[in-house]
Amino acid sequence: MAITDRDMGAGLRPSLAPDGWLAALARRAEAVVIPLGALLAGLAVFGLFLLTQGKSPAEFYSLVYKAGFGTWFSWQNTLSRAAPLLLAALCVALPARLGLVVIGGEGAIVTGGLAAGALAGALAGLPGGVGLPLLALAGGLAGAVWIGAVGALRHYRGVNETIASLLMAYIAIALMNHLVEGPLRDPASLNKPSTAPLAEQLRIGDMPGMDVHWGFAVGVLACIAAWVLIDRTTWGFAARIAGGNVRAAQVQGLPVGRLIVGFTALGGACAGLAGMIEVAAVHGSANASLAGGFGYTGILVAFLARHNPLAIIPVAILLAGFEASSGLVQRRMDLPDATVLVLQGFVFVAILVSETLYGRFRVFAPERWRAA
Amino acid sequence: MEGDLGLWAIPLAILGGAIRVSTPFLFVSLGEVLTERSGRINLGLEGTLVFGAMSGYAVAYLTGSAWAGVLAAAAAGSVFGLVHGVLCSLPRVNDIAIGIALMLLGMGLAFYFGKPFIQPVAPDLPAIPLGWWAESPQVQAALRVNVLFLVGIVAAVAVWWMFRATRVGLLIRVVGDSTDAARAMGLRPAVIRTLATAAGGAFAGVGGAYLSLFYPGSWNEGISSGQGLMAVALVIFARWNPIACFWAAILFGGAGALGPALQSVGVTEGYYLFYAAPYVLTLGVLIATSSPTRAMTGAPAELSITK
Repeated sequence: MAITDRDMGAGLRPSLAPDGWLAALARRAEAVVIPLGALLAGLAVFGLFLLTQGKSPAEFYSLVYKAGFGTWFSWQNTLSRAAPLLLAALCVALPARLGLVVIGGEGAIVTGGLAAGALAGALAGLPGGVGLPLLALAGGLAGAVWIGAVGALRHYRGVNETIASLLMAYIAIALMNHLVEGPLRDPASLNKPSTAPLAEQLRIGDMPGMDVHWGFAVGVLACIAAWVLIDRTTWGFAARIAGGNVRAAQVQGLPVGRLIVGFTALGGACAGLAGMIEVAAVHGSANASLAGGFGYTGILVAFLARHNPLAIIPVAILLAGFEASSGLVQRRMDLPDATVLVLQGFVFVAILVSETLYGRFRVFAPERWRAA
Repeated sequence: MEGDLGLWAIPLAILGGAIRVSTPFLFVSLGEVLTERSGRINLGLEGTLVFGAMSGYAVAYLTGSAWAGVLAAAAAGSVFGLVHGVLCSLPRVNDIAIGIALMLLGMGLAFYFGKPFIQPVAPDLPAIPLGWWAESPQVQAALRVNVLFLVGIVAAVAVWWMFRATRVGLLIRVVGDSTDAARAMGLRPAVIRTLATAAGGAFAGVGGAYLSLFYPGSWNEGISSGQGLMAVALVIFARWNPIACFWAAILFGGAGALGPALQSVGVTEGYYLFYAAPYVLTLGVLIATSSPTRAMTGAPAELSITK
């Protein structure tokens, strides 16, 4: 259901067209030009919205450029914010290969971060080289269980995964509030209830020569690994078949249940890792900041990237730039903080509506470019 | 205050809470029934609910009339429904994904336009003191029933009757059960579905107005905690039957009232966990009523989530 057939089928076509490179290029170009056009259309509609509010779209976009991408300083800010988006988007894109719409990545981020915050005390005596991987494992595992359960419910009980994953996100946040305000609360955290701060060697530091923490590199590597898994392995191939047609996959003897649970768990592990990274690199302890909306922006990133893990990297950086600039834009242009949400909403609608354009333009038809 | 109600205070507070909390569930689920019976699912009703809460509050504050606020919320909701319906009529545009996008857009727009209305105080919707006969203030408080709750009951019966006995209801059902049959009859499924989604959005908007104009009775960005989403699950539980939606809404409202009810008698242990009760209940209900093999009884055949 949900993800269009075309989306799923796209990966099944032979990648090397027998009819020349121009035809192959035309086919590929469609998958880049249409989403890009939709993105621009969304930004244009938002520009019109700004005009109705008596604000200048030109000023808005030039401020976004300055604060998000204009200087090395703003690039570093943007890349740091992209880290959780990369991983949260994978939590949507991986299950999407099987035709599942999982939108509760926020829940896995929260459980992953919570697991890291809860275990940090027990691991405080270990050196960073041992403790950090264990912490990452705990975060990933917590996220994997959280979203993997959604996949299992989908396959074995027929529970709708979209609704179930979002309900699980609400449950995760309630659980976090309970633990952070109660059993796990650090008595020293007065204004903002938190778990005990992480030991110094369990913190994730910055990459050499820049003010960007290692979480960004982890996110990029995870996207590349996910691309290899989907595009270059038999598991990925099997998942794409099962996503296209479950019956056909079952007739072929593919383990559909294990694929569904495996891919949802893997997506959840990514989001859980994002939560762990937020705790170890940004907040220093688990608290309510974990539910900061990265999971929801991640949905938009994945859809804009059309669930292609490699495309997630530039899209996540772009949207992170918008989020990084929101503070400056609000102050300079006197706009409310929800402005970024409105922008994201317009872009989201535009990208979904653009699905209807595939196959409509003759320019992209391979037949037209077939070598004579 | 007479404090000797003892443990009876808990079920009483839950009953009162169920009546108060259930109204948004009831309206959103009725709206979703209308939409889903026509063969589409609108997951964006959470966003419509929040936007309805904001617009209802804003208009009530600006005009001084709570009922004008309710009307404005219904109008805003139907616009969101109309947009959803029109966009989903385009070929290959997915109704679930559009719902998610409109949910985010609706919340974004509500927060954007709602900023100036967080401080001001808008007039409340009137409530009927059905507990006038009782001496205990707790009983009186529990039985202060809002007019919209009663309107919701009437609407549930009306929608049920519409599906059962009217031409409009039949048209929606035909379109929801078979696009091909509807086309063969000369109907235009996309138009009927779009109108049904718009009407559904209006219901969700009214549910939002109830939140901001009666209970909790103020506008802020945390006004809804997923009621719009839970209502979608509630519709599956209620098997697309408007009357069953009413009872399901009461049940969910009771679950939502559990935390505050326990807190009112001094139980604070695990306070935040009780807040999870409605979500756990929704998930449990989904697990219990779904099946991996057979289609759900009562489900519209064209609905994507049950195919």
